[in-house]
Amino acid sequence: MIRIENVSFAHGAAPVLHDISLDIPRGGITALVGANGAGKSTLLSLIARLAPLQGGRIVVDDLEVGACRSDELARKLAILPQTADAAPRLTVRELVGFGRYPYHKGRPGRDDHAKVEAAIAAFELGALADRPLDTLSGGQRQRAQVAMTYAQDTDYVLLDEPLNNLDIAGSRALMQLLQHLAREHGRTIVVVLHDLNYASAYADHLVTMRAGRIAEAGHPTEVVTADMLRDTFGTEAGVHHVNGAPVVLV
Amino acid sequence: MTRQTAGVLWLTGLLALAAVSLFVGVIDMAPGDLFADPEALRLLALSRFPRTAAVLITGASLAVAGTIMQMLVRNRFVEPMTAGTGQGAALGILIAVIVTPAAPLMAKMALASATALASTLGFLAMVRRLPPTQPLLVPLVGLVYGGIIGAGVTFVAYQYDLLQYIDIWMTGEFSGVLKGRYELLWIAALVAVLTYFAADQFAIAGLGRTASVSLGLNYGQVVLIGLVAISIVTALTVVTVGMIPFVGLVVPNIVSRRFGDNLRATLPLTALMGGALTLASDILGRLLRYPFEIPVGTVFGVLGALVFLWLLYSGPRHAK
Amino acid sequence: MPSDLSLTGAAPAPLRRLLPGQNARRLALLALLLAVSAAPYMTLGSRGNWGFVLPFRGAKLAALVLVGMAVSTSTVLFQTITRNRILTPSIMGFDALYVMILTGAVYLLGGHGVMRLPPTGIFVVNAGLLVLASLALFGTLLGRAGHDLMRMVLTGIIFGTLFRSLTSFLQRMIDPNEFAVIQVGSYARFTQIDTDLLAISAVVLLAAMAAAWAMRHRLDVIALGHDAAINLGEDPRRGQIQALVLIAVMVSVSTALVGPVAFLGLLVVSLARLITPTPYHGVLLPSAGLTAGIVLVGGQTLMERVLALSTPLPVIIDLAGGLVFLILLLKGLRR
Repeated sequence: MIRIENVSFAHGAAPVLHDISLDIPRGGITALVGANGAGKSTLLSLIARLAPLQGGRIVVDDLEVGACRSDELARKLAILPQTADAAPRLTVRELVGFGRYPYHKGRPGRDDHAKVEAAIAAFELGALADRPLDTLSGGQRQRAQVAMTYAQDTDYVLLDEPLNNLDIAGSRALMQLLQHLAREHGRTIVVVLHDLNYASAYADHLVTMRAGRIAEAGHPTEVVTADMLRDTFGTEAGVHHVNGAPVVLV
Repeated sequence: MTRQTAGVLWLTGLLALAAVSLFVGVIDMAPGDLFADPEALRLLALSRFPRTAAVLITGASLAVAGTIMQMLVRNRFVEPMTAGTGQGAALGILIAVIVTPAAPLMAKMALASATALASTLGFLAMVRRLPPTQPLLVPLVGLVYGGIIGAGVTFVAYQYDLLQYIDIWMTGEFSGVLKGRYELLWIAALVAVLTYFAADQFAIAGLGRTASVSLGLNYGQVVLIGLVAISIVTALTVVTVGMIPFVGLVVPNIVSRRFGDNLRATLPLTALMGGALTLASDILGRLLRYPFEIPVGTVFGVLGALVFLWLLYSGPRHAK
Repeated sequence: MPSDLSLTGAAPAPLRRLLPGQNARRLALLALLLAVSAAPYMTLGSRGNWGFVLPFRGAKLAALVLVGMAVSTSTVLFQTITRNRILTPSIMGFDALYVMILTGAVYLLGGHGVMRLPPTGIFVVNAGLLVLASLALFGTLLGRAGHDLMRMVLTGIIFGTLFRSLTSFLQRMIDPNEFAVIQVGSYARFTQIDTDLLAISAVVLLAAMAAAWAMRHRLDVIALGHDAAINLGEDPRRGQIQALVLIAVMVSVSTALVGPVAFLGLLVVSLARLITPTPYHGVLLPSAGLTAGIVLVGGQTLMERVLALSTPLPVIIDLAGGLVFLILLLKGLRR
């Protein structure tokens, strides 16, 4: 479980998060949604210690973020940052190989090589393994990045808006991959999403944020309602149910 | 402060500096001596006046050349001395000294201007290929480009054992200016004055090729005229007094920030300010370590670098 | 978050990789080449007594190789922490700063005052000042201007100009008689190396290089970027500061030994990346060091003994290195 207690954060004088407390359960997919600037990515960065905590406490299982060793946390939790950046100048195999760094610190053993090859196979990257990342499509590159976190072999995987540069086929494929990771491998996935429909279709647990605070949390069928859309997103949109799952009419 | 009052103030300052310049030097001379001592008058005519005139012409014409270059390249952070033009001129005169040592000075000057023009054209060709979204790339490429040509000059000079010239051309200083040794600079002054007649054209060229063509300007011709003017001014300066960095960069930026880019209105002020600041640096160089001299290029290198950093970080007011 | 400084450091060419084991073979080849270029350096054109020539040239050879390794190592570290392939400490004005500090000391203390200090003391103080100054200057630049690479490079170049102008300014202010004390001029001199400093320099440089070598795996991770490094459990900030300290030490020593080297680092590291294309510092560091040794020793032999050119090697290196810089810059844009 990721336990967030009284976390506040400000960018200079501008407050971003106000005294947030939240428990993210172990297992399944938890989706963080909210309007632009609600503080979702900041919260994710704080959990992953990409930005230093200013107030409050975050505990991942028994590791307290900021107090525990960074490499210890790296074996417990992985984050896939937004990939607007240019691709690193690496081949797919090299990238996935770095996922094992928290374990071998630069001296990979036989076990590490095996895990890298297993990750490449699991994500069907075999044919691309020696291709440089910058020659891949956005979807393939994203898949390689997820394969790296898979090789990192952590209980928790955090993703910040992973669907940003993907088309519908790529987006669905990635979400199905995450679902597979959660269900078959018992990983806990926390993902910041823009699109409510992807969130309600794939998430087991939905957390909405509004202006630096947690607004609602629960199963998508409970959370996604016309009222919530009005309050949290400030838009009047209808919600239908298809096969029991809520679908926002856009 | 309006442009006119600024002009009057800078003109007053420049005249005051010029007066000081006439009476500062290793040999003591007071204004009163002029009437009493014929030696004093000779000193004035042979050394002090030529030196003062050379400094003023150099500063003013370099500032004007810098303005035109910034218009043509459409970038605030370039100037002839650091972007290859000055180094190209040094290469030309070096070749002339090696190949035709007996040729008249004017012929050597012509060659230096031609190589200066060629290397400026090379710079312009490179700049055209840089993305407009990265304005700071232009000075970066210019500095390295200038450095490469400079290293080429040093190489040739070493091979022909002409290294002593390099120091003369690469560091601008006026201590060697005497009557009979600086008169070529008047050509630079003339060229700078002539550019004023094309001030509007350069201002329009500064809006870019598309705007220029749609306003009926012969863009290519204006660019060429501008580059020729820059090359002549730079070549004459390098050969006569040596390279003086930053004058062509700092002065146009200050003027443009305060008074905009209407060159017809601002070029005279640019020239005044260029002359006055260079003269102030030269006087400072003469006084700081009296009776030794600190080259004006060094003084301006320090001051100019500081101003450049300020321009770089003070945000783009008028800067493009 | 500092994002990737993509534009220039970007890909000059499509990424190339060698077959497994090929990098090791190329490293061995480079080592062989260095040995081959050292032999004529030691022997060619000597007419004197071997008992004198060999130790004399041997010391110079050792100094050249050491300097080459220090320059290449500091360049690799700098390119990694700035995540950029066109920067070198020299381009950013590090060695100009060293010369300026030294000149400033002579100005303040007088040439004889400085002479009376033990050379090791001068060196330690100067290197310490350089470490502080570079942390102040580039530490803030790394954090803040990390987004704006061009501004950072330009700032470095202009600081370099400023330091050089201030140096020549101070030199003019110094009594011409004391002027001689400042031996570090505006050109690198690979021919007259100050071998008195060699022993202490060697110790310091070897220690710094060993420290860089120990960092090699962490550097691999830091090169991935801020977020990716933290995700893998590395603190990029700490690594950057440690690397900056090592860079400052190596630049100080190599500048004290031979003077400023301008584009040497860029040239040899770019060559090394072509010879051994790899993301791993465990390969890149030795490859760049060996390449630097070959360029310096081989170049010096060629210029001095074979072609008998009077131009010093640094001028050629500047010419070639400047061209490499422009090519990298323009090629990086075309992607």
